[in-house]
Parts: sequence; structure tokens; C-alpha cells
Amino acid sequence: MIRMILRHAAIAPLALLAACLSAPAWADGPTLDKGDTAWMLTSTALVLMMTIPGLALFYGGMVRKMNVLATIMQSFAVTCLVTVLWMIIGYSFAFTEGNGFIGGLSRFFLAGMGTTAVNSLAPTIPESVYMCFQMTFAIITPALIAGSFADRMKFSALVWFMSLWLVLVYAPIAHMVWGPGGWLGGSGVLDYAGGTVVHINAGVAGLVCALVLGKRHGYPKVPFPPHNLVLTVIGASLLWVGWFGFNAGSAVAADVRAGMAMAATQIATAAAALAWMFAEWLVKGKPSVLGIASGAVAGLVAVTPASGFVLPSGALIIGIAAGVLCFFASTSLKNALGYDDSLDAFGVHAIGGIIGALLTGVFATMAVTGATDPVGWIDGHAGQVITQIKGIAVTIIYDAIVSLVILWVIDKTLGLRVSEDIEREGLDLGLHGEVVP
Amino acid sequence: MKLVMAIIKPFKLDEVREALTALGVQGLTVTEARGFGRQKGHTEIYRGAEYAVNFVPKIKLEIAVSNDLVERVVDTILKTAATGRIGDGKIFVFDMMQAVRIRTGDRNEEAL
Repeated sequence: MIRMILRHAAIAPLALLAACLSAPAWADGPTLDKGDTAWMLTSTALVLMMTIPGLALFYGGMVRKMNVLATIMQSFAVTCLVTVLWMIIGYSFAFTEGNGFIGGLSRFFLAGMGTTAVNSLAPTIPESVYMCFQMTFAIITPALIAGSFADRMKFSALVWFMSLWLVLVYAPIAHMVWGPGGWLGGSGVLDYAGGTVVHINAGVAGLVCALVLGKRHGYPKVPFPPHNLVLTVIGASLLWVGWFGFNAGSAVAADVRAGMAMAATQIATAAAALAWMFAEWLVKGKPSVLGIASGAVAGLVAVTPASGFVLPSGALIIGIAAGVLCFFASTSLKNALGYDDSLDAFGVHAIGGIIGALLTGVFATMAVTGATDPVGWIDGHAGQVITQIKGIAVTIIYDAIVSLVILWVIDKTLGLRVSEDIEREGLDLGLHGEVVP
Repeated sequence: MKLVMAIIKPFKLDEVREALTALGVQGLTVTEARGFGRQKGHTEIYRGAEYAVNFVPKIKLEIAVSNDLVERVVDTILKTAATGRIGDGKIFVFDMMQAVRIRTGDRNEEAL
């Protein structure tokens, strides 16, 4: 109570000003919290920055120069496409009351989302902010998939795939894990910021895409070296900074758990970057720039479900595990199995997400959540790991089957792959009529 | 008249240019080139995938000179471009049929 008074006293002049300027609806909403709202507005902007330009540059630097525009275009176009689809139906399917698997139509075209509206999942901020915050998650998830089929998918096929995938895969999985009455969330699956919903989901869809589309011509004999790792490192750094909005923002409040999520995120990311770097140094002889940047992303992915549940010590272990295991997944495993996941959407996001989801079951603790009962294995509740496995398995199975069906339909109608000529001469010129000289 | 073509290590370019200018060479043409010789390429590794890069970056110089300057130009390049290690490059000398300065229409020796 004292904290509340102090907090309000500190912002009193601002609050007074806001009260004078703002619409009556704002003043009438006694449950809204200005601190929470300010943080969630900020988080939303941070998470949007992760996709454009973060992911666009991260992926864009890793492809050959003749495909850089097409790759950046994928992230940018997905951002626009998902925004509109989220407004029309995605948000309603994911975050309104429905059944255990999918939400209802009460926010179809955002109907009823006026200035006084609040989502029961985020009672202290305006629903408009919550809708936008969740929209940025819905944007980055399909954009991540694009890493698996870089250099070879038709743009028209991409537009259809991303649209159908958002509505048929992302929205239901988000509802099952996070939505009101969601089946998986209700049965105890812990996913703080999207280990299953975002990363396993995107990574597994990526693997399915890589398998269905097939290898790039010449893979693995012809080299496909990154054309500009500076872009990739800038992208990875923007992802890292933006991820504070992703994880600490998933507290949906400016509170102690947001703070702990931020600490866990930073620690796990650094640990994973170092772990990947040292693993590569030992195995391949040199600590590469692409390696340390990839390790950082692997750490960010793995700590995503755990942040807000774990202490810094748990985050450290999660980071180390993610760095080492994702390194082997993206190098040895990929080469052994022979699939062409061009930019390692599966090796980093699915593997990192699975490690994170499992270790969340191990390291989640009542010391962070404030629960009165044990949360994870570290509290003595080993069953949480089983629950996490259930969440992982359901996501993988549902995602893989529906993604496969979507790809099959597009393949039979539009076709998925560009012609061999376009693949050889570059997607930039072939699909978009532009080049970077 | 001769055309001297030299393939050298990129970081030697400024040293070579200074020495040639001191010798009285009035101009030369520089091209960023790639190639291979006895110096083999190198290996790059991206996320565990190894790529052999067979063509090494080099600088190609082309210098049109009068007959009396040729030997000194070749000697100068030889001295300044050498490091003693593999990959120092090569020098080729060609007979040149004609030279024309486009601005004035000057021909041959006058155009150099």
C-alpha cells in the first residue's frame, strides 16, 4: 500500500496532466495502472523492433546478396499481413473466450474493443495495448519460419502460407497455452513468453517447410555463405534488446516478475552466446562471429518460457544448455539428417524452445512466482516436467500436421518453389524486380 | 612500348604506386582481381558448414611504358611487392601496338 502511494505520489504531476488531457473513459477506468500501461506500450514497440528490422537483418545478412531483399521483404510483408489478419480474426481466435482449443468471435474485426475495454488476462492495461502487444508476438512467429526455406519459396506461396498458418496454427496454439479457458494452460503447462507458442511452433513449422520444399539446388555441395555478417550481428543485437519487451513485457505489468524476467533474459543470453562460442572453438577451432550471435539467439529462445518463473541461477544453466545443444543441432544434427533448414529456424528455435520448455519444468520456482505450492522440480514438484513434455508434444504434433496440410494445398494449387532459373539468378530480381548492386 | 601487367598482394598497392611514381611512371590502372596460383585458397566455416574459397583476392596493375623504362619498372615492382612468402604474385610484360590519349589524339610515346 505504501509502495502504491509512493508510486502514485511520484507521478502525481504527470497523472494530473494526463487527467486534464485524456478522454473521460481513461479517467473512469479505476483498474488501469499507468505504470503497467506505459511499460506495455514500450514493450510492444520493442517486440515489433525484433521483427523489423531485427529479424529482417539477422536473416538478411545470412543469405547470399542476390536474395537479401527477398529475405528482408519476407519479414516486412509478414509484419503487415499479420497486423491486418490479427485485427480481423487472429486476436479474437487467440485471446477471447471460446473452448479449450480456440477462442470465439467476440472480437471479430475488434468489435467491442472500445476505450474502456479490458481483457481479463491483462486487467490493468487498455485492451488496445494488450491486443497490440500480442500482435507483435503473432508477427514474429511466422516471420521466424521463413529462415527455414530461405532462397527458394515463391512470394505468393509465402503470403498464403503465412496467412493460413497464423489463423490455423498460431491462433489455436496461443489460445490453448495462454488464452482464457485454454486447454494446455489450464492443465498446468508453463510458458511465460512463448517457448511453445512462438519458438517450438515456428521451429517445427520451419522443419516441415524445409522437408516439403526440399533442398536448395546444389545443397550441400555448392556454398551458400552469408553475404554480410555485420547485418546479421546488428539484427541479433536488435533481437536481444527487443527481447526485454518480449520476456519482461510478458509480465503484462511493470512489477517484480518483469524485473526478474529481464535479469533471467540477460543472463541466459550471455551464457548461451559464450557456450556456443566455446563449443565451436573446441570443435571447429575458431570462435566465429556468426556462432556467438547464433548462441545469443538460442539463449533468448530458451529463456523465453522460463523467464518470470526462474531465478538467475536457473537462467544461467538454461543458457549454457541452449548454447551447446543448439550448436550441435545446427551443425552436426542438420548435416547428419541432411535437411536444408537454410538459416536454422529448427536448430535454434525448435531445439532452443524445447530445451527452455523442459528446463522451465525443472527450474520454475515459487520464489519467483509467489505461489504457495511448489512449482517446478527444484521446488520438489517433478511432475511439472511431465506437464511441460505434454505441452511440447501437443504443439509439435498439431503444428506439424496442420503445417503439412497447408503446404500440401498450396503446393497443389500455386506451387511452393520458385523456378530453378530464379533460384540461380536470385529471388531479388526474379520475384521483386530489384537488386542490391 | 610495353604493357606491364602485375598481380600483387592488395596491401602492397600503395608501396608499389609510390615507387613507380618516383621512377617517372605517369599513370597506371588498378583492378581488384581474384585468382589462384601456388598459394591455395582458404576455408570458411559458417555454422559448421565448411566452404573452400579457391580464389584469393589480388590487385591487378596495368602500366603502359616506353621501352627504356620497362626493366626499371619490372625491377621496382619486384622489389616493392615482394614479401618472400607464397602468394606474392606475378609480372607479365607484353608488346604494345599503339597508345592514344583520347583528349588530344596524341599517339604512342607522346600518349604515355
